[in-house]
Amino acid sequence: MRKLALLAAIVALPAAAQPLSDGRKAELDSLVRQDCGSCHGMTLKGGLGRPLLPGDLARYSTRDLTGIILDGIPGTPMPPWKALISRADAEWIARSLKKGLEK
Amino acid sequence: MTRVFSILVVFFALAAGARAQELRGTGDLGIIVERASGSIQIVETTGQTALARIEGLGDLSHASLTYSRDQRFAYLFGRDGGLSKIDMLTRKLVKRIVQAGNSIGGAISDDGRLIAVSNYKPGGVRIFDADTLAPVATIPAEYGDNGALSKIVGLVDAPGRRFVFTLYDAGEIWVADCTACLEGGKPAITRLKDIGRQPYDALITATGQYYLAGLFGEDGMSLVDLWKKPLRSRRILDGYGRGEKPLPVYKMPHLEGWTRANGQFFLPAVGRHEVLVVDARTFKQTAAIPAYGQPVFVMARPDQRQVWVNFAYPLNDTVQVIDVPSGKIIKELKPGKAVLHMEFTPRGEQVWISVRDENRVIVYDTRTFEKIATLPAQSPSGIFFTWRYARIGL
Ligand code: HEC
Repeated sequence: MRKLALLAAIVALPAAAQPLSDGRKAELDSLVRQDCGSCHGMTLKGGLGRPLLPGDLARYSTRDLTGIILDGIPGTPMPPWKALISRADAEWIARSLKKGLEK
Repeated sequence: MTRVFSILVVFFALAAGARAQELRGTGDLGIIVERASGSIQIVETTGQTALARIEGLGDLSHASLTYSRDQRFAYLFGRDGGLSKIDMLTRKLVKRIVQAGNSIGGAISDDGRLIAVSNYKPGGVRIFDADTLAPVATIPAEYGDNGALSKIVGLVDAPGRRFVFTLYDAGEIWVADCTACLEGGKPAITRLKDIGRQPYDALITATGQYYLAGLFGEDGMSLVDLWKKPLRSRRILDGYGRGEKPLPVYKMPHLEGWTRANGQFFLPAVGRHEVLVVDARTFKQTAAIPAYGQPVFVMARPDQRQVWVNFAYPLNDTVQVIDVPSGKIIKELKPGKAVLHMEFTPRGEQVWISVRDENRVIVYDTRTFEKIATLPAQSPSGIFFTWRYARIGL
């Protein structure tokens, strides 16, 4: 079921994403720390949700991660974010998570 | 130069000493947690001022705290496993230990002798001497056949030097009787299994009779009547909150934010823009009050005449006030971006509201809804006043 959701997300991914403005990036950075942080810990070391540090996410591609963020993980508290953020936003978050947030 | 310096040093030492001698109570004191900077502020509610800031307390995202029996000391539970003991009168950190890798909350025993901390990593509960913070007992939350450890949620104290907590990964509720803990004895554990999937938080009612765990993975809650032997969990409120078409939940509701007022529980619906009203004797839902967003904290003013509600991201700029007798929303306030927490003064004439993204705490008069004061604070989250010691489960 989870694989299927991921697959669907990957298939639906557009070829390229528009670059985001610096303002938007700052908003997303704060979204990740504060709002993803409410379940994953503000430093992303894990809370009720698993840790989201680069080492923990190495096993996912950026596409996988973008899909997880947009669609959530059904059957778990991980919510789908697609009603609130765009695919480009999610992709930026996925890339930043894989790189590690700046301090 | 050195002489001037040492005179100065003596002067400041004397000034600090004089302040410590000044007699005052702690009943109007409290703490504001500054989640991003790992600091707290000690505040007083009589003149609504900040008295001191204490820094270097580690990762305080989702930090909570409880107070000592004499309401002089605060025990602060950090996300990074830190347990800090703070003196509210000298305004100093007394002691800080890091007792686990990742923790979520804590509680103090009814007699004030023991502090329990609930940990995500390694999953379990650790118990400390409230005086010295020396470790007294460790309860690994082992479940299943391969010795996996569960994350712990919903840790509370219960009468009789007991702690009650819930295993998120295992779907169990454990009651730990720590009567013998200070004399070197082990906690006596009662395990209640199969309470439901993904319990995400729990609360104990103010009388210490009922322990309720919210279930994320199921449509209902799990209830334990702690007055009935043998202890059993039973399902209540099937259909609680989730409904047929649940909205995504961007923030876990806090069950601590449940309240009892006028013979009813007011509680956040999970995944819906409603405050649910439940009969406190039958645990049957009697009403659903449409609200501005997904409620996070649903808190009764101490006189139970009003219930104040804040909301999950992205609708977290607003607070609504429900009039308990009529069940109607009588006021909507916009304190600002990211309202995280609300705390009433002991008799409820003031409410303090933390507004994270505006870096301030706003104090309102709960009768006129006028702003009384605004205090600067860095990313404020939880606000905790000393009256909490006097309440079971806080
Ligand atoms: C309401 C709580 C909650 C919020 C808010 C939340 N998550 Fe999650 N998330 C979870 C849980 C719980 C899991 C683990 C699900 C499981 O058991 O597989 C998870 C899993 C994940 C995973 C998969 C991790 C892995 O190792 O498999 C990623 C990636 C993730 N979340 C990213 C995010 C991002 C990015 C945000 C913010 C935009 C976010 N989450 C917000 C609860 C949450």
